[in-house]
Amino acid sequence: MVEGIQSPAQMTYWLITGRDLFFVLNVLGVACFFYIVSKRMTPLIRGERDWRFDRPLVRLERVLQFWLGQWKHPRYRTAGIMHILFFAGFLILATQAFSLLILGFSPNFTLPGSSGEIGHIYDIVKDYAATVVFLCMVVAAVRRVVFKPARYSVPARYGKGHPVDAIFLLALIALLMASESLFEASKAAFQTQQGQPVEFLAALSLPWMLKNVLISTPLPTLQTLHLGAYFVDVLTFYFLLCYRPFGIQFHVETSLFNVYFAKLDRGTVKPVRWGVSDEHLDQVKSFGVKTFEDFTWKHMLDFYSCADCGRCSDQCPANAVGRPLSPRFITIKARDYSFQHYPMFGSSGNGTPLIGSIYSEDEIWSCTTCGACEEECPLLIQYIDKIVDLRRGMIDDGNVPQSLQKPLKALESRGNPYGKMEKKRAEWTKAKDFSQTCTVKTLDGKSNADTLYFVDSITSYDDRMQSIGRATARILDSAGVNFGILGAAEKDSGHDARRFGEETLFMALRDHNVDAIKASGVQRIVTSDPHAYNALKHDYEDVPPVEHISQVICREVKSGKLKLDPVENMDNVYAYHDPCYLGRHNQVYDDPRDVLDAIPGLKRVEMDRCRDRSFCCGGGGLMLFYEPKEDERMGVKRVKMAAEAGANVIVTACPFCMVNIEDAIKVAGLEGKMTAIDLAELVDKQLVRPAPVKLEHDKLTSEVLA
Amino acid sequence: MEILVCVRRVPDTSENEIQLNPAGNDIERDDLVYSINEPDNYAVEEALQMVAKAGGTVTVVTVGSDDDDEEVLRREMAMGANHGVLLSDEAFDGSDGKGIAIILKAFVQKGKYDLILTGVQAEDGGAQVGGMLAAMLDYPFASLVNSIVVDGGKLKVSREIEGGNKEMNEIDLPCVLSIQTGINEPRYVGMRGIRQVASVEVPTFGASDLGVDASAVGDAGAKVKRMDYFMPALGKGAEMLQGDRAEVIAKLIELMKAKGGLN
Repeated sequence: MVEGIQSPAQMTYWLITGRDLFFVLNVLGVACFFYIVSKRMTPLIRGERDWRFDRPLVRLERVLQFWLGQWKHPRYRTAGIMHILFFAGFLILATQAFSLLILGFSPNFTLPGSSGEIGHIYDIVKDYAATVVFLCMVVAAVRRVVFKPARYSVPARYGKGHPVDAIFLLALIALLMASESLFEASKAAFQTQQGQPVEFLAALSLPWMLKNVLISTPLPTLQTLHLGAYFVDVLTFYFLLCYRPFGIQFHVETSLFNVYFAKLDRGTVKPVRWGVSDEHLDQVKSFGVKTFEDFTWKHMLDFYSCADCGRCSDQCPANAVGRPLSPRFITIKARDYSFQHYPMFGSSGNGTPLIGSIYSEDEIWSCTTCGACEEECPLLIQYIDKIVDLRRGMIDDGNVPQSLQKPLKALESRGNPYGKMEKKRAEWTKAKDFSQTCTVKTLDGKSNADTLYFVDSITSYDDRMQSIGRATARILDSAGVNFGILGAAEKDSGHDARRFGEETLFMALRDHNVDAIKASGVQRIVTSDPHAYNALKHDYEDVPPVEHISQVICREVKSGKLKLDPVENMDNVYAYHDPCYLGRHNQVYDDPRDVLDAIPGLKRVEMDRCRDRSFCCGGGGLMLFYEPKEDERMGVKRVKMAAEAGANVIVTACPFCMVNIEDAIKVAGLEGKMTAIDLAELVDKQLVRPAPVKLEHDKLTSEVLA
Repeated sequence: MEILVCVRRVPDTSENEIQLNPAGNDIERDDLVYSINEPDNYAVEEALQMVAKAGGTVTVVTVGSDDDDEEVLRREMAMGANHGVLLSDEAFDGSDGKGIAIILKAFVQKGKYDLILTGVQAEDGGAQVGGMLAAMLDYPFASLVNSIVVDGGKLKVSREIEGGNKEMNEIDLPCVLSIQTGINEPRYVGMRGIRQVASVEVPTFGASDLGVDASAVGDAGAKVKRMDYFMPALGKGAEMLQGDRAEVIAKLIELMKAKGGLN
């Protein structure tokens, strides 16, 4: 009788049976893993509340899209495709790994349903999966060692890189694949030599190749290889399992949960405290994040889930211009802090303030909340809420740059960051050329309208931006909209007061505006300021539906109410710059483009970074007052991008973008070669009117647009 | 160290358009917003930083008339001042600088303070009170202070002198110092901070509580009276520098040096 190859469970190792040995190893490995994970969960239990248990179906859908479907990955082609491959490989091999481990103490174990046809197909698929994962590890290692993509490097100010760690992890996974394959190949070679029925190995897969290498190896050697491979496989598996929670590969375990519990509502900011209503906020002793434990459990889970891929910082405009902010290191520094202060053995947590230790003030004020990082993260890690929470903490401690204190105080006393008089808020409507052709009602109780034009501070008070206000009013007028403004009763939307962490001030501004809007009796709101749009849409409650002017224009152009003349100068090339709070935060990408394309003869190009990858102009709202430390202005980078795309007119749809881009054109020395115009101004200029109207921005843009 | 900071509520120059009233005897006050006199805010911040290092308490006091003045005290208490005191009496209305100093002196003598700080000057005032208060108390006085170091029972204070140089002085306690802006970076106080100290009691003292002779203060005691308010006539227009860019820059640097803007 021919002897079959002995399985690991049937062997005896130094007087211990394989069955006992591997049972103990499995129990030890699992126990170790659970101990480590329980330690990792300690800060999450101490962290702040965070309500993430609603809308399970929506969350499940997102798991299917972003976790199982790896939706964000192909945005970075090479790395993304590789990740999709080995992610799929891992999913396939999970079953195999599980049954392999059980095989150690239960030699005849087979998973239910794995016999028969399905089992055969699975065997083939998993052979290829192991091969693909193995190859991916090799390619990834080569990429790390030879090509060294810039986004993986660690700038000196953020500490040391850890390429060795990355290679070590890749090697371990490759080892896992190799040992599994060797385990099968040795068995197959053994059985072939003995003339026994052989388990089918998929052609050109790693086990198949190994089998062919081993085909004439002596039987005792094959038996040793078979057992040795199994031993290595079990040890590597448990070593990896217990090692991952100490570094970037923890995301293997956490990603599913991180995606399931990810934030669902775009454009919003988390409440100061989950479960505490506005009325009870005064009783909250401390606002925002000051120590690590002030982060919510989900934010801590974010820190654990980061794969350190660097996509966030690669997209971050603040990082691009050399501001002291890199979203990647917001996470990495917090995770390092957590690992250090919640060690595996000994006491944990000491509540040191984060600002001044792992984060600097400038780092936290440098963020424009543009959302580029969040848009990119394959694991749906959030940054804006954390930045806002850290700012809330600084505001609460009075730790605010002098440059921001004046506008904040002016918002409190005057309702606008400039400290201008309330009664002058509607002065922009009184410009002589304008008031002769277009009357703007103030909805003060005496007159009423069904639409409110919410102007907001910059368009009301800034001489240059008032032109956007007048263009908007003329468009609404031409579209036959019965509209009015709040005038002196309008205060700043508070959008950026909130995002700069001044929640109490925001609430006061919001409450005032909500009352004023309700008193005006309007049924809908239109605004030309994406920041106001975002505030009215997401930060305010119980106000009528709000639209951005680009949406109104798009609809009325399509309905035929607004007709547009061809462009005068056919040589002009237009590029549309997506404002962050219209595009990324509210997904309005197509309406402004449709409007531009509806202007006969208008030539339009796209910048490389457009739509959800738009590059922030430098930041709006209070960011205009902040004096960041930077090598170059974001706006300058942006106008250079427009020039590279071959455009000479940048169209935007936000007054803050206009400030930054017009300044940047001057700084970049492109005056006369490049010009910027707001979508509303451009449409206003191209409107087919019954009688000609003298337009103020004619002279502003005449040199290029004429 | 027990520190008293004398503060004052003034029209906020950065958030107002200051215009004369039709009568020409005052500014138009209907649409004004008020805030703490900015140098006083620096004085409070300095006091807070000193007690944070050396221990003690900070008291803010103002001579005022109504709830609005109390609001200014509350803002400073939200910054961290331990106590706020309002000195209010009809008899105080219309006080000149000396009158204010008399009222403050009476208050100082009711307590025991090691150090009294004032802002370098009120934005609508004449930088009188600090010096007069020191003289009335017979305390040493240093003005325009832009740094303070506690050194045992004495202070080392410096002030900026012409041309950006610094002068260092040693001064005995108790003393009065008038604080220059820029000595520190005052912390931010928002609405939330003010709300948190809304229920803290702010005691009010009148003339009789302080033992102040009503005829020595207010309109009755004022020896300096405002006669007129007017916009000065516009002077000669700006000087336009002529020449090419290099020449203009050279002339500009020369001018700036001559006027002390550059060293």
